[in-house]
Amino acid sequence: MDYAASDVPAFLPALPEIILALGAMALLMYGVFRKECDARETSFGVLGLFALVGAVLITEPNATVHTFGDTFVVSGFTKFMKLLILLAAAAAIVMSLTYIRREKMDRFEFPVLIALATLGMFMMVSANGLISLYMGLELQSLSLYVIAAFNRDSGRATEAGLKYFVLGALASGMLLYGASLIYGFTGTVEFPAIAAVLETEGANIGTIFGIVFVLAGLAFKISAVPFHMWTPDVYEGAPTPVTAFFAGAPKVAAMALVLRVLFGAFPAMEAEWQQIVIFISIASMVLGAFAAIGQSNIKRLMAYSSISHMGFALVGVAAGTPEGIRGVLIYLVIYVVMNAGVFCCILAMQRKEGYVETIGDLSGLSRNQPMVAFLLAMLMFSLAGVPPLAGFFGKFYVFMAAIEAGLYPLAVIGVLSSVVGAYYYLRIVKIMYFDEPAEPFEQPMPGELAAILGVSGVFTMLFFVYPAPLILGAQAAVGALLP
Amino acid sequence: MTDGNILSLITFLPAIGALIILVTRGDEATVARNARYVALWTTSITFFVSLYIWWQFDPTTSDFQFVQQTEWLGGAITYHMGVDGISMLFVILTTFLMPACILASWTSIEKRVKEYMIAFLVLETLMIGVFCALDLVLFYLFFEGGLIPMFLIIGVWGGARRIYASFKFFLYTFAGSVLMLLAIMAMYWDAGTTSIPVLLEHDFPVDMQLWLWLAFFASFAVKMPMWPVHTWLPDAHVEAPTAGSVILAGILLKMGGYGFLRFSLPMFPVASADLAWLVFGLSVIAIVYASLVALVQEDMKKLIAYSSVAHMGFVTMGIFAANTQGVQGGIFQMLSHGWVSGALFLCVGVVYDRMHTREIAAYGGLVNRMPLYAMAFMVFTMANVGLPGTSGFVGEFLTIVGTFKVNTWVAAIAATGVILAAGYALYLYRRIVFGALEKDTLKSMMDLNRREVITLAPLLAATLFFGVYPAPIMDVTAASVDNLIANYTAAVEAHRLAGETGLIGQVASLFAGN
Repeated sequence: MDYAASDVPAFLPALPEIILALGAMALLMYGVFRKECDARETSFGVLGLFALVGAVLITEPNATVHTFGDTFVVSGFTKFMKLLILLAAAAAIVMSLTYIRREKMDRFEFPVLIALATLGMFMMVSANGLISLYMGLELQSLSLYVIAAFNRDSGRATEAGLKYFVLGALASGMLLYGASLIYGFTGTVEFPAIAAVLETEGANIGTIFGIVFVLAGLAFKISAVPFHMWTPDVYEGAPTPVTAFFAGAPKVAAMALVLRVLFGAFPAMEAEWQQIVIFISIASMVLGAFAAIGQSNIKRLMAYSSISHMGFALVGVAAGTPEGIRGVLIYLVIYVVMNAGVFCCILAMQRKEGYVETIGDLSGLSRNQPMVAFLLAMLMFSLAGVPPLAGFFGKFYVFMAAIEAGLYPLAVIGVLSSVVGAYYYLRIVKIMYFDEPAEPFEQPMPGELAAILGVSGVFTMLFFVYPAPLILGAQAAVGALLP
Repeated sequence: MTDGNILSLITFLPAIGALIILVTRGDEATVARNARYVALWTTSITFFVSLYIWWQFDPTTSDFQFVQQTEWLGGAITYHMGVDGISMLFVILTTFLMPACILASWTSIEKRVKEYMIAFLVLETLMIGVFCALDLVLFYLFFEGGLIPMFLIIGVWGGARRIYASFKFFLYTFAGSVLMLLAIMAMYWDAGTTSIPVLLEHDFPVDMQLWLWLAFFASFAVKMPMWPVHTWLPDAHVEAPTAGSVILAGILLKMGGYGFLRFSLPMFPVASADLAWLVFGLSVIAIVYASLVALVQEDMKKLIAYSSVAHMGFVTMGIFAANTQGVQGGIFQMLSHGWVSGALFLCVGVVYDRMHTREIAAYGGLVNRMPLYAMAFMVFTMANVGLPGTSGFVGEFLTIVGTFKVNTWVAAIAATGVILAAGYALYLYRRIVFGALEKDTLKSMMDLNRREVITLAPLLAATLFFGVYPAPIMDVTAASVDNLIANYTAAVEAHRLAGETGLIGQVASLFAGN
């Protein structure tokens, strides 16, 4: 692409990001200058902002456009991912409304930080070069570090935030080191240029090292084994709506980044990175399945669950085919929706004395709140991958791609670990349905949680009736990612 | 109504009933009563509607009938329904047993009646779907989906060790079938479709057949269940409520046999022929071993559960004999076992409702107080033994005849199973029904009430009617079975002429002695 340094880049493709950035700043100013501003006002402000950004995103054309000196790309793929991120972030804000008030963390910065993190994720999804990648990643990460420790009076939350920060900074450092190696050995930071160089010159030891470091950094962000250690602690320590947010949008953004880097910059080195992806995929699935068995805190359990789900999504990446990427996208959408539903239930686990988090507290929920228990049970079966629920289709498409690519051991280990995983999901169903009722939670659950839970449950149960739109949408997005 | 969507109608009628129950409101007693009646009406209507397909069924062709096909998952995966001679009667069997299950739960289920009935109706939808699906993915959806309601039925309304049993049931079957899922995907990439009628025509490469066969076998062997993966069954049976046992023995086990007939035999004929020795081996072990284990059981349900394992051994043996008698016998045995074992569990349920124990030792001399019960129980016991004149005889006889043509030794050992069956079944009957009525607790036992008579009468009629006149069933299955056998034989012959005897084949011929 020809451009001179003095050319003014096209801003229009980045319009959603620009609106989001300006809107977040404006809301921050509003909060600062208006005395006694609580999170409710800025929450609705951010939701309005998200609605606006969503509308702009939807009306954008699907064509692939490069701008800002080729470091920023917009296409059908980025549109798909950004919409999903926006949805997940909006759900997280809605889910936080009641919680932050009850837990006395009602400060206006909270939703604004989520908006900034979302901006960082948008940037990650659209990054077309190593520098823009790092910019997006750090904007997202720094916002996340802060909201992890947002409940500053709570020792657990501060610990979680600090842990997240230290380990996250380490991962960012590794990623940066990898990026510098790649730059050093290819002479460029833009993905298409890197791909072109590798295409002609082939891989060398320097770029292989570089890709390993970059993948290590990204694996940290999607909490894949062996870079998963932070996940259970941070999930447990962070305030629950924050955990719900962590489990959704950032995972999507990081996975989008994995796809962008691997298929945008390193298609020529597929043989090399495929081995790495297969390893972290298997390790995540197996560890997530076995380690969750012993958990009694439901947030920790969901942490291990998300580790294994990322492993399953990576099965599609490992396949390295258009079908595989389509599987990943479908998996992410279904995963985000199921997770939102589950966290609504966790957020509704409150008694007079406050929020509770152990699995045992769900005991006999099917008597006290039959509808909630039913939906949560369906979500659990879906997370386990039992047909005809949505979670099954997520697994179906990624394993389908793995079989096509001939990765039989990966597929066999994957499905067997899903059987192991089924055990702990079933355990929650067992506690809700088979055990005697414990002290009931406060009823009714807040309306906004009930609404999200309802949407998530209906989507999960009825996905099989009309799956075509999602599958076709994912297909189109894949078409835009792969040239 | 066109024939095009009658199968969808039958499949989803129970789901509609479940929805109706879901929206009923009111105090607990009213809801429970309404739920029972809605469930009974729904299952009965479904049964009568399903008789329509038997009536309209054309037994002269082996093609799929009442076919419906619409877009579903995009590409080659469609919503595709249809039945042929092999699957049609299983649909009828399912709809036939369901009203009996609802009636059997009428008073014995007291808590959470609404949820119970919903679970059963959803389960019925999924079970009918399994037999109607003509697309592999759709089949898998129904096949696995059934685990959810069954898990809840055992876990919520089961006996003392219900949690252990429900987990074991779920995880065993789930583990078996995920491998089948991978095989389904591999078939999709090889053949480009998951449409069962197309796959039936497709020739899979011989090496691939072996792996696909093993993957399907993992699933169906667990479901069937075959020795040595049968151990979930006695636990599940013992802990499940009566109606749950009926469905488990009557229909869920048949899905394994149906799967062998629908997939393993016609789609992987060479692998089936090469590995028939394995199935024969496991089958005779199942027959003899399970029968011996049944002899020493103290628990009535466990005894019948082990006898189910033994009877399913006859079925697998007959199916993999791969001749007309064997396969016809296998199908007949599955159907007959469907209502006979179902009825036996109902008989256990009758006394369990009164005494709340399944210990055989707690009973004795019931004939004095319960003549009607003794009579019904006797007919079903005889059918379980395989006495000529009952439907149990026809299937066992045919499977042994079919196997005899292929392998004399297997048939001979299997035949001893019939003797053992007489042993454990008559021993059970004597201990419960005959003898003096000594125990005080039994002295106030009432005979069958009207509801129980209505529940058992149709099963009794089926047992005796098809025992002396099996033609209605045989006629329906004949064309499809002949077609299956013809294709199978042709495929195996072609393979033998090509002379590709793999390592497995050589090992197999050593074992089979030919």
